[in-house]
Amino acid sequence: MLEPPTSRHHHLTPSDWEALESDPDFRALIAAKRRFVLPATIFFLLYFFALPVLVGYDPALMSRKVWGQVNLAYVFALSEFVMAWVIMLLYIWRARTFDRLETGIVDKVRAEFNV
Amino acid sequence: MFSPTLIMFFIFVAITLVITYWASGRTKTSRGFYTANRSISGFQNGWAIAGDYMSAASFLGIAGLIAFFGFDGFMYSVGFLVAYLTVLLLIAEPLRNTGKYTMADVLSFRMHGRSVRAIAAISTLIVSLFYMIAQMVGAGSLVTLLVPQFSFNTAIITVGVLMLVYVIFGGMLATTWVQIIKAALLLGATAVLSFLVLDHFNFSLTAFFNTVANIHASVPGASGQPITKSILEPGLLYHGRFGPLELISLGIALILGTAGLPHILMRFYTVPSSKAARTSVVWAMLLIGAFYVMTTFLGFGAAALVGKADIGTHITSGQAIAYIAKHRSEAASLNAKLSSNGYIVPVKNNNLAAPLLAKALGGELFLAFIAAVAFATILAVVAGLTIAASSAFAHDIWLNIVRNGAGVEKEQVRIARITAGVVGIIAIVLAIGLKGLNVAFLVGLAFAVAASANVPAIILTLTWKRFNRAGTIAGMLVGLVSSLVLIAVSPAVMPTPIFPLENPAIVSVPLGFIAAVLGTLFIRDAQAEANYAELTVRANTGLGAEV
Repeated sequence: MLEPPTSRHHHLTPSDWEALESDPDFRALIAAKRRFVLPATIFFLLYFFALPVLVGYDPALMSRKVWGQVNLAYVFALSEFVMAWVIMLLYIWRARTFDRLETGIVDKVRAEFNV
Repeated sequence: MFSPTLIMFFIFVAITLVITYWASGRTKTSRGFYTANRSISGFQNGWAIAGDYMSAASFLGIAGLIAFFGFDGFMYSVGFLVAYLTVLLLIAEPLRNTGKYTMADVLSFRMHGRSVRAIAAISTLIVSLFYMIAQMVGAGSLVTLLVPQFSFNTAIITVGVLMLVYVIFGGMLATTWVQIIKAALLLGATAVLSFLVLDHFNFSLTAFFNTVANIHASVPGASGQPITKSILEPGLLYHGRFGPLELISLGIALILGTAGLPHILMRFYTVPSSKAARTSVVWAMLLIGAFYVMTTFLGFGAAALVGKADIGTHITSGQAIAYIAKHRSEAASLNAKLSSNGYIVPVKNNNLAAPLLAKALGGELFLAFIAAVAFATILAVVAGLTIAASSAFAHDIWLNIVRNGAGVEKEQVRIARITAGVVGIIAIVLAIGLKGLNVAFLVGLAFAVAASANVPAIILTLTWKRFNRAGTIAGMLVGLVSSLVLIAVSPAVMPTPIFPLENPAIVSVPLGFIAAVLGTLFIRDAQAEANYAELTVRANTGLGAEV
């Protein structure tokens, strides 16, 4: 049996990790991450795949000109860039909360296990 | 003899060799070799990811695709950026927190033993090597066209030797700086080129799009009669019965595949923390996004300003096969495109859209600069691939499988350097041997394997407690084999294909996920389930992360 690739925290036993995993602070961190990451992932997948689906199955709609010669397909494609950057910015903003919760947990573990 | 292109290329090589010399003094340990001692900042790593990712295929290939197929080519640009949301939201930070050097580190965190690590290493090697060969054959054809003094073999050997020097002597530190410089050159060149295109239209986007809208191309219609449309309209590349499915399948491969490319994943080990990994993705998304938005001006600009009489010249499938047989090497180098319904679009000089645009707008000297940038682009990508493949060999297979994790540090660095040399030489030999083949499908294959084999396993091991060894192996094997088989019987390889799509992801990704789930449910693995607590705490807090 191989050792895990990273084993610096040897003095934390499997039951210590189990305890940490069910610690309310850690559950709060996971819940906070899930509240953002899950909807964000579902949203970006739906938004992204809407483009090839609409372009593929309703080319007439997507060829409609919306700004001069520029058609809906192209505007939709450009909006994908904006969508990606907006989700990125929202993630940076939300990640400050994750980092704050994380620091709390790490400080607690460091104090408890003297690491 | 010394054309402006060669002079600029020599300047680039000279600078990168000085960097390699400097880096070699700091590459004494395996940690130094694989991760540049985790000394790269998030901002620097963002540039390096951009340099690692934006291959010659993006710069030259996409500009050409947009020039010839208009909107459909732009779909690649969109997918290449949105793909980074998968990396940002799901992969980068947990990977940095739980791995040491490779993707296999993360996958074998819970599933101890050799089998999981072995298949993860094999998948890494397949993806890196195929991608590398595609890049090198591309380099060969491209350099021959841009620098007539170079023959195909000279070009491949030059690229191969330089990439080996960077990697073997300078390790990840030299590779990183080659990628950063290349990203700056590429973005700079693209920005100048876009500026010149807009300048040509007196900075009127209306005038630009009016001109583009008046460029037409035709595709075979249902009744056999060609349909002519503006290149701003969708459907010039992906048309016919399977067009829409092809487009969706391409999207799946791009959106998930990027998060499973070993040379991209490896970049996250070069930063000091998961927060720096996050910062890297953010910078990479800004740079990569800016670049792909500008492909609009490169591609449509080339369509508008460079003559392209070839657009829309369709010939029948019989002629297509004759064309490929007659111009086998040319077809490979120029990306002759055999569409799913047997029509061929001989996209002559497809790859040269951006360089020709540079020549039309900036003259010979600017063309020389763009050609040198293209060469730098290829070098930066193959160096990143070499180091990723070398880590799979030396760290995963040699150290953790053959030596059971008990290697001496000094031996590890030596083995890493030797395997980098072996991988590089294999790639050079294969690239020279395969020059007559159309290797464009190898890039699709790399993305498909990454999306179908690597990504399901990474996501499930990070999020599903019940996931175990049987699930990992089943998912990766099925993802790997189904991608390979489906591509082997696809229109990219067979004249009369069994599988109608060039991109297998729409089938192989679900297969990879289903096999991973079924394999998991087949057995219970108490050890893997017990290890989940440690993995998830580490992945989400950074406790015990490698420093």
